[in-house]
Amino acid sequence: MTDNGILRIIARFLIPFIMLFGLYIQFHGEYSPGGGFQAGIVVAAGWILFALIYGLKAGLEVIPEKAMYWLAAAGALIYALTGVASVLLGGRYLDFYAFEAFFNTPQAAQQFGIITVEFGVGLTVATVVMLIYTFFVRRKSEWDEVMRGSDAE
Amino acid sequence: MMTFLSFFNYWVVIALMMIGFYCVIARGNMVKKIMGLNLFQTSVFILFISAGKVVGGSTPILRDGVEVYSNPLPHVLILTAIVVGVAITALGLALAVRIQEAYGSIEDDHLGDEDDDAELARMNREGR
Amino acid sequence: MNLLEWLPFIVLIPLISSGIVACLPGRFWPWAFTLLAALASAVIAALVLPEAMGSELSYPFGNWQPPIGIEYRVDAANAFVALLVAGMAALALPWAKASVDQEIPERQGAFYALFLMALAGLLGITLSGDAFNIFVFLEISSLATYAIIAHGRDRRALLAAFRYLIMGTVGATFLLIGIAFLYMMTGTLNLADMAERLPEVSDTRAVRAGLAFIIVGLGLKLALLPLHLWLPNAYTYAPHFVTVFLAGTATKVALYVMLRFIFTVFSPDYSFVVLPLSSVLMVLAVAGMFAGSWVAMFQDNIKRMLAYSSVAQVGYMVLGVSLVSAIGLTAAFLHLFNHALMKTALFMAVGCLAYRAGSLKIQSLQGCGREMPWTMTAFALAGLSIIGVPTTAGFISKWYLILAAVEAQSWWLVGLIVITSMMAVYYIWRVIEAAWMTERPEGATRLKEAPLSLLIPTWVLVALNFYFGIDTRLTVGASSAAAEALLGVPTGGLP
Repeated sequence: MTDNGILRIIARFLIPFIMLFGLYIQFHGEYSPGGGFQAGIVVAAGWILFALIYGLKAGLEVIPEKAMYWLAAAGALIYALTGVASVLLGGRYLDFYAFEAFFNTPQAAQQFGIITVEFGVGLTVATVVMLIYTFFVRRKSEWDEVMRGSDAE
Repeated sequence: MMTFLSFFNYWVVIALMMIGFYCVIARGNMVKKIMGLNLFQTSVFILFISAGKVVGGSTPILRDGVEVYSNPLPHVLILTAIVVGVAITALGLALAVRIQEAYGSIEDDHLGDEDDDAELARMNREGR
Repeated sequence: MNLLEWLPFIVLIPLISSGIVACLPGRFWPWAFTLLAALASAVIAALVLPEAMGSELSYPFGNWQPPIGIEYRVDAANAFVALLVAGMAALALPWAKASVDQEIPERQGAFYALFLMALAGLLGITLSGDAFNIFVFLEISSLATYAIIAHGRDRRALLAAFRYLIMGTVGATFLLIGIAFLYMMTGTLNLADMAERLPEVSDTRAVRAGLAFIIVGLGLKLALLPLHLWLPNAYTYAPHFVTVFLAGTATKVALYVMLRFIFTVFSPDYSFVVLPLSSVLMVLAVAGMFAGSWVAMFQDNIKRMLAYSSVAQVGYMVLGVSLVSAIGLTAAFLHLFNHALMKTALFMAVGCLAYRAGSLKIQSLQGCGREMPWTMTAFALAGLSIIGVPTTAGFISKWYLILAAVEAQSWWLVGLIVITSMMAVYYIWRVIEAAWMTERPEGATRLKEAPLSLLIPTWVLVALNFYFGIDTRLTVGASSAAAEALLGVPTGGLP
């Protein structure tokens, strides 16, 4: 698909909007439908569209595989450590009211907590989906054989 | 007839569940097994989400002029279950790819029968 | 900070550590960090157990009070199982180093991260007091387990992992269907809250179907007889360390969840009186004891033989449950704990053997007792425990099981327990005979004794088998407290 002009142009036009929409879902997730899971998938879908059209190699130049692996672990850690932080501040695990010391209102503390946690979720979901895609595309040649093998039987 | 139609979503659930379960049991091809598993899980998602519908309720977003909301909890739970389903599909497909590399086939019926422990011993020696 | 504040960290320490371990390079640091995490988790679980005896601890996450928020609710039953799981992980990890280095030379960070995730999942299942949370943790632990089983070096490990994935997912989905039915009928996911609301709606088809789905789903995870097909292959071809860990923990946790649903969520009056669960479980348990032991008697591969023996041992535990008495339930918990000790010791000894010998076939092990005396002695002593010889842990649990059968006036069960123990004598004896009573065949490579890093943990486990066979205060005390917590009535001091 790398040499199809229409696809390249349309993808170039679409991908920024997909990414923007992903960010919108991410950062409005705490008071409207959305959140980390959905945003992560949308962002990853944007990247996968890019990798589909420009090739996996170009995709991995945007974000190397190693970075995905690290970011996936980091996202999970952001979630978990937010909870630990609230314990250290004297609350229960994931009790965001414990952050009230830094904010004026309990609502702001809740909002901060949810946004941080959702950011971690979004990071992990996006990178993990990209990783899954990367691993499977690497094995494309084997997959072709799988398909041929099942046709023969 | 009306009661039959009013349980429409449950009929869909049962049909999907049986199709999926049949695929898991009857198909030898691993990719088809995973497809069946996905259908089976999806039917349960529909079952769970059906429980969240409140008659006359609107989407559970707080706004003026709306009194009755649908129950958002099943949706949130099923979001988690969908993620679990994606993880299982990914892992299952990854295993299928590795099995294809190791055996040259993903037809589950006869794989592994021809292996014996002598071969295991040989592989162990080579691995060392 | 009091102890309650530490409660969630039994699960959180392995969960958070798995994210860190995944990024650690090399061979030493991932293992060391994993060991530390499992130790920390086990220490907290050990501290929580005395607190949980006779009372219930509740930890609401995010300070959202139950039944709205998710809570960890811990009583004697799940504190006991949590200690068992975390303790087994902490005991198995010192053994893991040499074995994993040999079997999985590369990307150990990812392997140990998956192991920690499986551990965290199993601990989460035991501690959680929320039905959907239990499902999620079940899937976390299962997914990680499928992945670490697939790390086995034999290519059949992949097939075993795939078949386990299919069966395990069907089982977990059945559990989800059951939870969906209960949620529809009660409108709550909190187990304690559900237990309060169920009596009003208990006489409906949806609730009965829900219980049935939950029992079948968990029966799959538990490897109860007709649903055990995934277990032998998964145990046989998984890396030895994974087998050591799973044999002691995975099926136990599934049994605990089943008990929690049967006894706490549904009252025993409902599960055993309205539905004929007692006779169903008893038939399956007895069939499992027989079929498992019978097939084990004719296995060539030692690991596979022990895996079938595990199917039989699950039968003993479920038999204790099916007697529906305080002493039967105590016996089930005792066997849950003691079987973890003896199977872990046996699989560790087999792992030592596999470290030196290429094949685990009984024929190829002829005469290895003289060349690896410490390994084979450990195997023989742990084997005594699984047979149920007095002064071993296995004797204690079988003794209580027999007491429970006598109390229920089921003399035929006593006979069956003795007969299946004789079958255990036979399959353990086959290995002993091959190892000690026959000569090493001509031209066979000389085997060296396994390294100390493998032998010491193995012998610690063997010693524990004898310790808990003589000093039964901890195990019997905790088991009867666990039975009390599930039945909700004091058992009034067991004999």
